Amino acid sequence: MGALNVLIAVCLTYVAMLFVVAFMAERAALRGRTTWLRSPLVYTLSLSIYCTAWTFYGAVGNAARSGMEFVTIYIGPTLVMLGWWWGLRKLVRVGRTQRITSIADLISSRYGKSPLLAVFVTMIAVIGTTPYIALQLQSVTLSFASFARIDPQAVQLADSDATALWVAAGLALFTVLFGTRNLDANERHHGVVMAIALEAVVKLFALVAVGVFVVWGLGGGVSETLARIDASDIGTWQVDNGRWTALILLSAAAFLTLPRMFQVLVVENEDENHLRTASWAFPTYLMIMSLFVVPIAVVGLDVMPEGANPDQFVLTVPLSQGQQSLAMLSFLGGFSSATSMVIVAAIALSTMVSNHIVMPIWLKIAKGGAVISGDVRSVVLVSRRFSIAGVLALGYAYYRFSGGGAALTSIGLISFAGVAQFLPALMGGIFWRGSNHTGALAGMLVGFLIWAYSLLLPSFGPGVFLPAGLLEHGPFGIGWLKPQALFGIEGIDPVVHTVLWSMSLNTGAFVLFSILSFPQPMERLQGAQFVNVFQHSGNPQGWSGGLAQAEDLMVMAQRILGPDEAQALFQRAAVEQGLGGYLPDPTPDFLQKLERELSGSVGAATAHAMVSQIMGRATVSVEDLLAVADETAQMMEYSSQLEAKSAELTRTARQLRAANEKLTQISLQKDAFLSQISHELRTPMTSIRAFSEILRDGDDLDQGLLAKYSDIIHQEAIRLTRLLDDLLDLSVLENGQVSLNIREGSLQDLINQALASTGAENSGLRIRRIGISDDIVMETDLDRLAQVFINLIANAQKYCDAQDPELTIRVIERDNYLIVDFVDNGSGIPAQAQDMVFEKFSRVSDHKAAGGAGLGLAICREIMLRLGGAIAYLPGQGGAAFRVSLPAKLKLAAQ
Amino acid sequence: MSGERSPLFLERRSYRLRRVMDAARLMPFLGALLWAVPVLWPGQGEDGVSSSRAILYIFLVWAVLVALTFALTFWLDDSVETDGKEGR
Repeated sequence: MGALNVLIAVCLTYVAMLFVVAFMAERAALRGRTTWLRSPLVYTLSLSIYCTAWTFYGAVGNAARSGMEFVTIYIGPTLVMLGWWWGLRKLVRVGRTQRITSIADLISSRYGKSPLLAVFVTMIAVIGTTPYIALQLQSVTLSFASFARIDPQAVQLADSDATALWVAAGLALFTVLFGTRNLDANERHHGVVMAIALEAVVKLFALVAVGVFVVWGLGGGVSETLARIDASDIGTWQVDNGRWTALILLSAAAFLTLPRMFQVLVVENEDENHLRTASWAFPTYLMIMSLFVVPIAVVGLDVMPEGANPDQFVLTVPLSQGQQSLAMLSFLGGFSSATSMVIVAAIALSTMVSNHIVMPIWLKIAKGGAVISGDVRSVVLVSRRFSIAGVLALGYAYYRFSGGGAALTSIGLISFAGVAQFLPALMGGIFWRGSNHTGALAGMLVGFLIWAYSLLLPSFGPGVFLPAGLLEHGPFGIGWLKPQALFGIEGIDPVVHTVLWSMSLNTGAFVLFSILSFPQPMERLQGAQFVNVFQHSGNPQGWSGGLAQAEDLMVMAQRILGPDEAQALFQRAAVEQGLGGYLPDPTPDFLQKLERELSGSVGAATAHAMVSQIMGRATVSVEDLLAVADETAQMMEYSSQLEAKSAELTRTARQLRAANEKLTQISLQKDAFLSQISHELRTPMTSIRAFSEILRDGDDLDQGLLAKYSDIIHQEAIRLTRLLDDLLDLSVLENGQVSLNIREGSLQDLINQALASTGAENSGLRIRRIGISDDIVMETDLDRLAQVFINLIANAQKYCDAQDPELTIRVIERDNYLIVDFVDNGSGIPAQAQDMVFEKFSRVSDHKAAGGAGLGLAICREIMLRLGGAIAYLPGQGGAAFRVSLPAKLKLAAQ
Repeated sequence: MSGERSPLFLERRSYRLRRVMDAARLMPFLGALLWAVPVLWPGQGEDGVSSSRAILYIFLVWAVLVALTFALTFWLDDSVETDGKEGR
């Protein structure tokens, strides 16, 4: 078996192991064991996706060509990490409080939730990252080729395109599997993070192993190796000062703005305190990564034949010394660097593409936007999956197009310079309140154009995108517009040239346009929140509530977050406001919170648009504007205190009003009760009296009439008895004198029994059962519970006004509670009547047909109270819906 | 920043914490300064700086910065973050 076959086997085993690790991490996260999954160490290791195959292989190549210059790529991020207290801490705090999902989301959210900015940032990110992904595919292909060369059996790795294709497809599969498993509101991926943390260890170990072999195995010790370095071609300090400074700045900028770095630094961050560890641990990681680069390069130059590709020294030096297994390890290191970068980059880009391009278009096409039917979550997931496949396909296409040649070697820095254009808008956004939408757009546009014109397009070589004449003499012969010598300044290194002009003009335009233009109110509010993130935990960004339909919001939220989570969220909010049931008042606070929850799934701009569709436009109150206008912190604080107080007063007043309204209603009901009961008693009484008088006085009645009249008397007497029974039942229940007959029984039997005794199955009402199974056994008063079920089913029979009536009985077990929902497809209960349905003698409509006294639901409520459970009306289900919940084990509750 | 009724002088412990925060803020500038030194080194030629000395210098700076940051994170305990105010 040749070395190549062994390599492929090792490679596949390694990939399988990654799958297992990711899978186990997901499982552990599902069970809630996240403490070890999300330690500061794992966070630090996940940051190492900064070190891609470009740095793993390319650093040695770079060192062999130009000495210590490679180290700038590691020094930049080190400086950023050392300054965590300044910048990163703030960035992470903003990301966490605003539920940011990507760098495009952050920039768009900061500048007034602008969809235009989000699209623009997404496009630059895709353009900047695609070549980088191609570079990773190339490095994996090249390292395969290095192995193939020493394998006598593999004549030639005939089809390197096929290798790249397989790698791209495999990565797409992994990313789709673990990157879009679920739509986590926090956009965190436990499995992926765990896998890349493992890969971080592998690549560090591999590089150190090769380094140790080179220094002590080939070099003969530290001092000998140092002497050997001084004697080599790169024996003296020969780094260009301009490049040294520019590259440190560039890599520091890129560390913050690369979409994949933003993903692991901010989005995947579980705990702000992890930065504390990462601030010294990640620089240490980078230091160890770069420690052996120069020794490997120098020894490689000595050992390897003239003309060998220095980019492959990490691999070819051990191979040339016959160290097959060391080379294998080194290959795995490079493979790890490439794969982890591609996976996270694909996740980050797909989130951006799906949230900021696909979803807005989909919402626009599907008319009615947020309130149309269908589950938005599945659309989001599908669009993410296609975006991941699309990003990798683009990377592969770029690899094929560029021929995998030398044009790719400088692409890492080109990519850095592209994404670095986000830096002014990003940093300005969190440190300068005066920065605004126009400035951010102008700055990034200028920076992007200069980058594309002076670095990206010329990098393809003369004649591909830019004609050779243009490169030589400038467009139309205008010398000062020559792409690589703008404004007539010649002789600067192309990368330094681009960084200099693009960053300075980008920042200049950003500042100038920010100063000259005036921001929208929404922007100013967001600006205050971002810049003063440490002072404000609160959130002054004003929805004017009150007019909104809370029920519509619930319908929308259920589609995006899923019914369970949405109902829990609404219920929690209602409880916080001191209201019962599932519908909180749409206060600005609540809308804020809801919008942020939604933005965790679909991005800030889309979430804002969806809430606006239901709420009407977002309005900013005068108080909010005052809060922005006040420049001093004292005034801000004072007004926010006032605001809080006034909000609290408003809330109390609302609660009082609600209580008052209910009291008035109940008092009215008391009056109504008396007249109602005399009426209810009198009606049958009157007919009994009338017919019994006829029987007494009429002697000549024939047998038929006699039977008929006494039958009427009998019927009315039964009705009277039933009414009195109900009243007695209710009063016993209300006084708590009832004795429960606790037994064990199956829920299924109980429901079947209830259905049978109402005759529901034969009455044209279709029954759908969801989640009812044999094994749900409960211990409660079965007869009483059956009474509740019978009542609810009978109600559906009587009141469901749909053409084709249908009743859904759904059973859910949650948190030791057994929840049974009865949902019909009729027109439901109007909002103003929902409060009163459980009161005595309340009838929603004047249906004479119904024929009940209006005591049924009141009895149900009392029964559920005695059983330690509850019954509530569940709004927003597209029909009348009642939720019966009771503890799974009454034994505990009753004792 | 928010001046309402904050004492003019802080107690010794809080004072110490704030100075540690200052030090943490200065770290990147210290790093930039030390790593800017190579810009002053003469270029290639007879009196150029040898690569081994350059490597030793750069990695020594690295180790010192990491050690300082490590020490600072110990002093910056959680109590500073909970008061939520910066820059005093």
